[in-house]
Amino acid sequence: MNFLQEALSFIFTAANWGGPAGIGARILEHLQYTVIAVFFSALIAIPLGMLIGHTGRGTFLVVTGVNALRALPTLGVLLLGVLLWGLGLIPPTVALMLLGIPPLLAGTYSGIANVDPAVVDAARSMGMTESRILLRVETPNAMPLILGGLRTATLQIVATATVAAYASLGGLGRYLIDGIKVRQFYIALVGALMVTALALILDAALAFAVWLSVPGTGRMRRMPQPLLGDEVVLESGKQAQTTSVGRYERGDPSPTVEG
Amino acid sequence: MRYLFTHLDDLWALTVIHLRLSLIPIVLGLLIAVPLGALVQRTTALRRLTTITASIIFTIPSLALFVVLPLVIPTKILDEANVIVALTLYTVALLVRAVPEALDAVSPTVLDAATAVGYKPLTRMLKVELPLAVPVLIASLRVVAVTNISMVSVGSVIGIGGLGTWFTEGYQANKSDQIIAGIIAIFVLAVVVDTLIMLAGKALTPWTRATGASARTAKPKAGAAA
Repeated sequence: MNFLQEALSFIFTAANWGGPAGIGARILEHLQYTVIAVFFSALIAIPLGMLIGHTGRGTFLVVTGVNALRALPTLGVLLLGVLLWGLGLIPPTVALMLLGIPPLLAGTYSGIANVDPAVVDAARSMGMTESRILLRVETPNAMPLILGGLRTATLQIVATATVAAYASLGGLGRYLIDGIKVRQFYIALVGALMVTALALILDAALAFAVWLSVPGTGRMRRMPQPLLGDEVVLESGKQAQTTSVGRYERGDPSPTVEG
Repeated sequence: MRYLFTHLDDLWALTVIHLRLSLIPIVLGLLIAVPLGALVQRTTALRRLTTITASIIFTIPSLALFVVLPLVIPTKILDEANVIVALTLYTVALLVRAVPEALDAVSPTVLDAATAVGYKPLTRMLKVELPLAVPVLIASLRVVAVTNISMVSVGSVIGIGGLGTWFTEGYQANKSDQIIAGIIAIFVLAVVVDTLIMLAGKALTPWTRATGASARTAKPKAGAAA
């Protein structure tokens, strides 16, 4: 249709890409908000999820916290933040973290909590300390789910970073919101197409990372690690897929679990 | 807080719009996704196709979809129908992946037993498989409902009605009180809808409660033995 042609010709005109208000600068702003918000979400959610998943304490906190954060409206928090703290990086980061923390926390928690208890017990009986078990055994096994959470978080954040433009903070939402405001719908369409493209590209990249991280497949060249740790990690990855129940009862924790 | 109590009429009117925009898509989405998901469950190729299509749809940002849809379907650019169609698409995209997974989780012994006592495939699906898939469905439905409610509020930046208008109005008038009122209203709305869906799920699956109760009574015994 007409709008689509106008939008595409806008995107494919080189003059619209340069300058402080060009498409290039808008993409960079958009990515900046996304990366900062994803980074801080991960900084809070991943360690918390690892801790709760490992100890099994505070599961209730994860469930309620995740639901409550999801229910808070991003736009309201962003605009309130701008009124309280003024323009800057803090309001969009805080508002977007509301979207990033729930999937990361849920992914990390369920990833760690669902590692085969036989594998964890085996590591423990070999004399690994709790922190080594968490970092060398549980985390590599949980990696696909953790990265899956990261993927969802990034997707939600990159899609919603659009609203930053409403508070005069730039990003690709500028085109969308300005286009609607001045009734030049092809400009809104430019914003919509660019955000969609950005989301699809980031999502594909992270889907690839999830695929790489599946343990025991050898897809990811591991960093040089102490020999023992490496062996345990690789073996536990294989075991998680091949051991059947039967050898000893799976749900029944060995006496060392509590200690 | 004062804004909330002095504008109860507005609150009611906006809540009705908000609920209409976020809940109609859930009903439509369920009506489409459950038969579709059940249909593709056993056909690997079709199932992969729906999964891939669904994840691509899910990747399209909601604000972008609200703007792009009028190009694809015959609606005006700021029509409510765009929001309803867009959110229905998201609901279907999420549920159409969850339905086959929920059906996979039904134990094959149960299916064999149902076949053995004479269920035909269709009645077995309706009376045995789908009811057993309800807990997984409810879990996805709760996520969809809360997400939809928050997406509708984001839509207010491009002029879509609902409680989100309190954010845009409050921001333009520099009234943080109005924004806080909006946050509280949407938060409460999301929690209420979430709780209602959870309770509906419990009412639909009385057998899970029975096992839960027996597990609770079994626990102290095990503790006493240890």
